[in-house]
Amino acid sequence: MIKDLLYKYVLALGDDALILGQRLSQWAYKGPFLEEDIALSNISLDMFGRANLLLEYAATLKGNGVTADNLAFKRNERQFTNHILFERPNGNFADTMVRQFFLDTFYKLFLQKLTESKDEQLSAIAQKSIKETTYHLRHSSKWIIRLGDGTAESHAKVQSAIDSLWMFTNELFEMNDVDNEMVRQKIGVNCLSIKSEWDKIIDEVLAEATLKRPEDIQIITGGREGIHTEHLGHLLSDMQYLQRAYPDAKW
Amino acid sequence: MSEKKIPIWEVFIQPKTGASFQHAGNVHATDEEMALQNARELYTRRQEGTCIWVVKTEHIVSSSPEDQSSFFDPADDKVYRYPTFFKVSKKAKGL
Repeated sequence: MIKDLLYKYVLALGDDALILGQRLSQWAYKGPFLEEDIALSNISLDMFGRANLLLEYAATLKGNGVTADNLAFKRNERQFTNHILFERPNGNFADTMVRQFFLDTFYKLFLQKLTESKDEQLSAIAQKSIKETTYHLRHSSKWIIRLGDGTAESHAKVQSAIDSLWMFTNELFEMNDVDNEMVRQKIGVNCLSIKSEWDKIIDEVLAEATLKRPEDIQIITGGREGIHTEHLGHLLSDMQYLQRAYPDAKW
Repeated sequence: MSEKKIPIWEVFIQPKTGASFQHAGNVHATDEEMALQNARELYTRRQEGTCIWVVKTEHIVSSSPEDQSSFFDPADDKVYRYPTFFKVSKKAKGL
């Protein structure tokens, strides 16, 4: 029973990493300039590395010969349990940086707590990942400040990105039955406990960037239950094409 | 952002603690933090270094090609400036 819940918990974290890695990889060769193109690809690779660790672990927990590749390439969109913010389209560069900034801030706080997990595997993965995410946050938060405090056009674009993505941020702090049981077992993170720190970092960076924090008028959730926006299916059809068309192909 | 307007920075990497910084190449960046980050992305992806210096290319003072003969040729005929010019005594150990 606990093992099944742990599987779901690890799988959800793996899906977050996998979907963001795939999204960021869509920037490859399309970055605003060479150096930033490479930076986005490097972050994408960090996310794929993390997804690999988590999905390998999830596959072990599941047993029955399930592999990390099965989990990545042979589930449909209703079986993916990433938070919705991770699947949001890249949009323009400001949209991507705002998504990244919200997620980096969340994951930095989340992973710090996860290093204390009673589950040794999760704790080890968190310790490895926190170094990457610390750097990602430095990268994305500086861009928010640069764009917000930049030209009138960059300010308008980054504010518009914040306004349109804000409704997906509350989902990050939702606690479902799996989360609650993992917290009881001292394996998982109580996301409610990191909300005020998240607010603080977001507010500080937005203030320095001369940007406005939106109101919580509309809140969209459902990712952890497999209910997604229309964009995830398109992402998966691209990512899973090869394994769907040529099952178990190797190269 | 037009690439033409982004300043260029020279990147120096220290391969290990205590070692000399070595010129690695250059990057585009609009500010110091971006220059450091871009240098990190381009030149230290495989753990090449322990520290990075970046300096705006325009701040580097270079000798010009016309200076070459007056700067460097005088060293041509002064072989005694090389340590190999001198014979080392066989008794001298640990040099």
